[in-house]
Amino acid sequence: MSSNHMNLKLKIWRQKNIAAPGGLVDIDAPGISPDMSFLEMLDTVNERLQEKGEEPIAFDHDCREGICGMCSLVIDGRPHGKEDRTTTCQLHMRKYADGDTITIEPWRASAFPVIRDLVVDRGAFDRIMASGGFVSVRTGGAPDANAVPISKHEADASMDAAQCIGCGACVAACKNASAMLFVGAKVSQYAHLPQGQPERNKRALAMVAQMDKEGFGACTNLQECEAACPKGISVRVIAEMNRDFLRASLLGAE
Amino acid sequence: MSIHLDSHIPAGPVGAKWSKHKFDCKLVNPANKRKYTVLVVGAGLAGASAAATLSELGYNVHCFFFQDSARRAHSIAAQGGINAAKNYQNDGDSVYRLFYDTVKGGDYRAREANVHRLAEVSVNIIDQCVAQGVPFAREYGGHLANRSFGGAQVSRTFYARGQTGQQLLLGAYSAFSKQVGAGAITQHSRSEMLDLVMVNGHARGIVTRDLATGKVETWAGDAVVLATGGYGNVFFLSTNAQGCNVTATWRAHKRGALFANPCYTQIHPTCIPVSGDHQSKLTLMSESLRNDGRVWVPKDKADLATDPRKIPEEKRDYYLERIYPSFGNLVPRDIASRAAKRMCDEGRGVGPGGLGVYLDFSDAIRRLGQAAVADRYGNLFEMYQRITNESPYEVPMRIYPAVHYSMGGLWVDYNLMSNLPGLHVVGEANFSDHGANRLGASALMQGLADGYFVLPYTIGQYLATSGQKKVTGDEPEFKQAAADVHARIDKLLSIKGKRSPTHFHKELGKLVWDYCGMARNEAGLLKALARIPQLREEFWNDVNVLGDGESLNVALEKAGRVADFLEFAELMCTDALHRRESCGGHFREEFQTEGGEALRNDDEFAYVAAWNYTGDFAKPELIKEPLEFDEVHLSQRSYK
Repeated sequence: MSSNHMNLKLKIWRQKNIAAPGGLVDIDAPGISPDMSFLEMLDTVNERLQEKGEEPIAFDHDCREGICGMCSLVIDGRPHGKEDRTTTCQLHMRKYADGDTITIEPWRASAFPVIRDLVVDRGAFDRIMASGGFVSVRTGGAPDANAVPISKHEADASMDAAQCIGCGACVAACKNASAMLFVGAKVSQYAHLPQGQPERNKRALAMVAQMDKEGFGACTNLQECEAACPKGISVRVIAEMNRDFLRASLLGAE
Repeated sequence: MSIHLDSHIPAGPVGAKWSKHKFDCKLVNPANKRKYTVLVVGAGLAGASAAATLSELGYNVHCFFFQDSARRAHSIAAQGGINAAKNYQNDGDSVYRLFYDTVKGGDYRAREANVHRLAEVSVNIIDQCVAQGVPFAREYGGHLANRSFGGAQVSRTFYARGQTGQQLLLGAYSAFSKQVGAGAITQHSRSEMLDLVMVNGHARGIVTRDLATGKVETWAGDAVVLATGGYGNVFFLSTNAQGCNVTATWRAHKRGALFANPCYTQIHPTCIPVSGDHQSKLTLMSESLRNDGRVWVPKDKADLATDPRKIPEEKRDYYLERIYPSFGNLVPRDIASRAAKRMCDEGRGVGPGGLGVYLDFSDAIRRLGQAAVADRYGNLFEMYQRITNESPYEVPMRIYPAVHYSMGGLWVDYNLMSNLPGLHVVGEANFSDHGANRLGASALMQGLADGYFVLPYTIGQYLATSGQKKVTGDEPEFKQAAADVHARIDKLLSIKGKRSPTHFHKELGKLVWDYCGMARNEAGLLKALARIPQLREEFWNDVNVLGDGESLNVALEKAGRVADFLEFAELMCTDALHRRESCGGHFREEFQTEGGEALRNDDEFAYVAAWNYTGDFAKPELIKEPLEFDEVHLSQRSYK
């Protein structure tokens, strides 16, 4: 083991299932290389736990390149940890020092119940999307892709919003557990495109209604969501959603 | 019992086959469609687009995926773009040219008819995605922008910054969500398919395990669609997501579906090199970087440790530009990967262990300015810096090839149906369109072509003609399949050995990388084939899976997948051993040209190798589908 390896102390949330009470458990993480990603550090811890006859810590992850949105974790109180615009899977251990204590918890929101350990149920996000996060076009019969020019400026604004990976860090960062940044990102993506116009009002009304139904809180403009967002989605999308929602409330869905 | 393979390729000229076939396909009356249930497994580009489109047509669709949401499948990680023969650049592109490039790029081991259809529907994909609100990159005039990719001399790749796969998948997910919201798709998240149920010789259902609750369930339907991706994770280290696995296709194989060309694995040339034993995956740096980045190694071994910025121009070997002047840095992936390996084998590789080459942007930054380079590749540069702690704006990237994509997969006919009636296979999970090497920006194209525009037509042909009775899930075949799954889970939990599933996975991965990776030879393959059964036996005697089957159990999930990789690996090596030629991603060291390029043997090997499971891993039955080339002239591939 090379000399630059670190010995860390972890405080990790462990919870057997949705009904069982959970709590923070102290686990040592010796011999951590600074080149490991945060999740590779947890892989190493899990291998050691299994050698000792203890079940591995459950955490969500998949692509490990910052795009699928499956990984989560509140690390020392910050969703996705201390590095700005970086998902947990892309956070590397060189950001930590030998001897550090790291606290690792799941997303905290009543709309995201804990399934086990650090794994939460984000099905509420899918239900919001199914309520209106789409353009109602069937497969087939679309006009030529260049038939309607879209200015680069609008296409870029749409893309800025469309980058959302649906991880839920915005909810975890918000003291109200509001999902406004997530919902705003989808509303904004379509609002900047001609294809999104016919259902614009209806979409804003439906998605906001579902968001409220799922138990997410209100926005009180603290902008913690933007700070926590690994993709840097701007709170502008919340303003745009509020505008569309207000207009739709006055004018109706159609 | 030998199986006769019929690819059902329609008669007629290649450009007319698909139109004629669509007309010839039997239709299902709209009122009858809702009486049919289609079980779709996987929610990546192919699965989500198929589920959405089939449900729009009126079929009753269930979709199963192991992730927590349909928005997360690994299609999302594709960076660079999607090909389409739009010819918006007026640079000489056409359906025929995309077809030709793809057959040639695949080293003449793909079916012409399938590839031509793919090129035909490519243009519809772009239209469809734009209509869905996918924010593709645009020019200032408001029209769609294009970039170039390997293996083509035209600019036909559409993109959304470095996140094209994400935007296309979210587009498919939006169509999918629309149908979920309408009650037309029932989705099953955190559900893993563990077996296929055959009734009366037809695929009629699946067995799943709910990963959150551990519940094992059976599902009955009128057709099954596998869209479960590739098997790259057999190598442990790959660019695939952690959850990618061969389980669904492998278990279907063990129920009788033929596995075709499993030795065709794509090794992607531009990935971040391995940094240590702890590593869980390799990260791809998009092929699009080769539009502006120049690949080189030092001419002198004395310069290997020198800061690359201080190595003067005349002491650098831009070997791709030197060896392949027509295509330069944009040669296809298999060629670029092997060239990198040759440089490293010559002792001119850079970085730890000498396993790396430089990908240098200093010319592009000088020519275009840092801002323009950041606009094109900023997110990739950031990702590189997070992982390596080096800035590509300042020092050249170090890259090395890594396992990326599976060209092989379950055998399908022109209708995307396997040899098992009712079992359809789409996207990376099938073998059909890329031959022995896939060109960049063609995976997204194939996934969406299959799901949006091909399967929705061809599945009707099966449903309208299968003549099968309804099944309820109470048939003995369902009960037996569920019992088999339970028994296997109980077995894994009962071993209580000493080594974790990951431990076995790493050992297997290293074995197949060493002997069935970028280069293979007979001696090495025989070594792997001797070791794999031993490792499999050790696994079943010594794997340690803690916990129970009645809750979320990550070790149990992993163990099941590794167990299947341990079986699949043997077939992969068997296929690689039997194919005594080099083609595309399959490079047998015994068969190469003087210049070190792949040397095909068209007289003996111009066929699809489809393997039939016989109950004995060591002796699968080989069934050949001869490949016929009417349009594309077989020749030694040249990019010089």
